[in-house]
Amino acid sequence: MPADPPPFDPAAYVDAAAALLGLEVRPEWREGVVANLQATAAAARLMLEFPLPDELDAAPVFRA
Amino acid sequence: MTDPATATATEIAAAVCAGRLTARESVDAALARIAAIGPRVNAFTDVTAERARRNADRLDAALARGEPAGPLAGVPFAVKNLIDVAGLPTRAGSLINRENPPAEQDATLVRRLEAAGAILVGALNMGEYAYDFTGENVHDGNSHNPHALGHMTGGSSGGSGAAVAAGLVPIALGSDTNGSIRVPSALCGLFGLKPTYGRLSRAGSFPFVGSLDHLGPMARGVSDLALSYDAMQGEDPDDPVQAPRPVEPVAQDLDLGTDDLRIAVAGGHFARHGDADCFAAVARVARALGAERRVEFPEAARARAAAYVISATEGASLHLERLRARPQDFDPATRDRLLAGAMIPAAWVTRAQRFRRWYREQVLALFESVDVILAPATPCRAPREGQATFVLDGATLPVRANLGVFTQPISFVGLPVAAVPVWLDDGLPLGVQVIAPPWREDLALRVARRLEREGVAKAPVAAL
Repeated sequence: MPADPPPFDPAAYVDAAAALLGLEVRPEWREGVVANLQATAAAARLMLEFPLPDELDAAPVFRA
Repeated sequence: MTDPATATATEIAAAVCAGRLTARESVDAALARIAAIGPRVNAFTDVTAERARRNADRLDAALARGEPAGPLAGVPFAVKNLIDVAGLPTRAGSLINRENPPAEQDATLVRRLEAAGAILVGALNMGEYAYDFTGENVHDGNSHNPHALGHMTGGSSGGSGAAVAAGLVPIALGSDTNGSIRVPSALCGLFGLKPTYGRLSRAGSFPFVGSLDHLGPMARGVSDLALSYDAMQGEDPDDPVQAPRPVEPVAQDLDLGTDDLRIAVAGGHFARHGDADCFAAVARVARALGAERRVEFPEAARARAAAYVISATEGASLHLERLRARPQDFDPATRDRLLAGAMIPAAWVTRAQRFRRWYREQVLALFESVDVILAPATPCRAPREGQATFVLDGATLPVRANLGVFTQPISFVGLPVAAVPVWLDDGLPLGVQVIAPPWREDLALRVARRLEREGVAKAPVAAL
């Protein structure tokens, strides 16, 4: 069993990702952005902890 | 017919067809009411008066020559301002996009409604880039709930809700990614139709989340929903995501009744997370329909979470260059969420899309034993404008993210829904979602029609 990932630190993540993506997060916006990323992480956790078969395709249908 | 300014589309079209009302009289009445009452609800961002009068005169001349009247002859309508109107910049509720050149042609759905005789009278206020459940907008001002002006319309199709509830137009188009037709329909006391994902063309509309975006009508009567929905159906080569479905008209079947339908109430997620009023509204509808069974959408909370992740990511991806170049020009309520959305790891999104496939299989299986499912549309009545939090199920939660707690898990798999307005008392209305299997808009509308006929659901013009 692999170890659990380290606890998600949304503030550190926002600071690092903003720099990498070239996005300006002004000091007065930072709290809101961090709170939103934290909420998204909580939503993602709900899905990530739910087992899905490897063979399950993603939903969007591309028709060639 | 009552006052043409506040009549239903069905009444107006019948009057125009019978020669009792001209299209020009219908349009002039709507324009006069928009001028007189519109500013109080802040529904319109653009009024296309000259175009409307020109088209009305053209229609009247055609009728005078004996040409056949379309099913929406002389019916004024308006569209959420993310839908292209030739000659207007498609602002999508934003400051940035209104600097774009004007749209060169109308969106497909506008053209189809006009081909059926309807007449566009303007474009409607909305939450910025449709990332909104409140109807608030920092650039154009909030849309105001016509039934209580200090309260939210709901969003993001807030101007659409305000315009129809105030009796400015009988039909408005909205978009619904996570609930943006159903939430304002509920809070403004209207009938709304979110068709099956892929049913109606989205060509000529500004996107929010391609995986989840739908367009559809809002109205004060079920016939009006059906007439406009039927007029908008049909394949459109300009929308590559639209599903290859034949036109399947519903208007002729509205009065078939519901005796042959197995109707259940959604439990689990849909029986928590709301206040007593929203469940009382569902109970009233269930009682009227004799629906006693309960069913559960499996893992609905996870479905909502997955819709949330996909919306944040696709929305942010769409706006990434604008976020880089002009973050200060976004509505603050939208900016924080889009900036966060731009940073979401790809693995979360792919997982959400794979979960969507799993959830779809479960939901389709559910519909093997039931034809229609009832659920609340919103967790409460319209909050006050500016209200940041509410208490649901004992928890204090942000209004902005949670008004869609019951709509999000349904649109996530693209199910067709008719939102029906229920008035428990003299206060503000609530909405109930009448949910059908994919491609069965007819079933949802038949149920809505029965509720309307029996007086359980109604959408009066607000007293303004």
